[in-house]
Amino acid sequence: MQLFFNMILVYLGTIGFGILVNVPKRALNMGGIVSVMGWLIYYFYTQYVGGYIEANALGTFSIGIFGIIASRWKKLPVIIFNIPALVPLVPGGQAYQVMKYLATGNYTLAKSYLIQVVFIAGAIAAGFLFSEFANQLFLRLKKKIASKKEVLK
Amino acid sequence: MNPKNRDKLVVEICLLAGKIMIENGSEMVRVTDTIDRIAKNAGAFQARSYVTLTGIIMSANYNNGAQVISIDKRSFDLEKVSVVNDYSRKFAERKINLRQFYYALEHIDDTVPRFNKWMQLLGAAMVSGCLEIVFRDNIRDFPIACFIGMFGWVMYSIIEKYTSIKFLSEFISALGIGLLSIISINYLHLGNSVDDLIIGSIMPLVPGVPITNAVRDVLSGNLISGPSRGVEAIISACALGFGVAMAIKILG
Repeated sequence: MQLFFNMILVYLGTIGFGILVNVPKRALNMGGIVSVMGWLIYYFYTQYVGGYIEANALGTFSIGIFGIIASRWKKLPVIIFNIPALVPLVPGGQAYQVMKYLATGNYTLAKSYLIQVVFIAGAIAAGFLFSEFANQLFLRLKKKIASKKEVLK
Repeated sequence: MNPKNRDKLVVEICLLAGKIMIENGSEMVRVTDTIDRIAKNAGAFQARSYVTLTGIIMSANYNNGAQVISIDKRSFDLEKVSVVNDYSRKFAERKINLRQFYYALEHIDDTVPRFNKWMQLLGAAMVSGCLEIVFRDNIRDFPIACFIGMFGWVMYSIIEKYTSIKFLSEFISALGIGLLSIISINYLHLGNSVDDLIIGSIMPLVPGVPITNAVRDVLSGNLISGPSRGVEAIISACALGFGVAMAIKILG
């Protein structure tokens, strides 16, 4: 029940961010769905496997893949689906803790949170990298199959 | 149209299309790709372009001089990016000609709708409230997080309208969010946790577009635009962070 509730909230939050960056209306719903799927994978990984870095990388990877699929389907640029979908994975909480502990003078805790933020940001970048890589592999494969079919004809 | 005039028009169209896309938050590969495709579809096969985050240089052939356009402001309006993409696609399918294309690009501000003010307010409220619950599991603070998020967004858009310094408006609205959160918890007792409120209400200002584009640009090998976008994202994040930190220093 809690999970279902959170899914709806992620969906609504993504749509809200989509409105702020003026995503086309016909992409709002799809962007929310992409975001929920990425967040679900992130959530299940943190719940059942553990490790927030891999969870973030995996979540962003799936967002990238689903975003590419959605952009093919709706014939819109990929970033329209990726940018709002990324928002639920942003390390806002940790970044805030860094600033709070810096302001209150607790540098040890600030440093440990800062390292978390840097690792999460790196994981998000890596996730995008891998999804782009998978996309290019897929395109290459498709081209190869198409050219083979041409030869067979 | 004689070839010389046609090439001039093609260069103008490409520069304008590229400028609109970069100004509204497209990634560089898409801009380069669109410019190349427009030039090829218009018959300018010798066109060359050099695209960076702050300007585009382009020539249509060896005989004509190159033209340059500079890009000073950057905001986020992904609908315009997709509209330029659509026009380019239509042009490739010969549904519009060069003059129509140019006219459409020049009047893109009037034709592309933006969500109205109330929808944007609702969006900001949705982002802050919903993500506050998702991140922190704190249902009781939902309404006040919505309100403060809306307030932060209004402040951000008003200051951005009247100044040209984006980082300043981020800093001031983060400061305002921090102050309002601390006041509403510690003095007015409207909610449970300052941390949750600030984390939720800062979410509409997160630099999501520069972060995503920085990663994509660096990956595609654009070592000028990728890092500069990254710097933009980092400065935005720092402006938000310092605003919050200053609020905590003042009142917390």
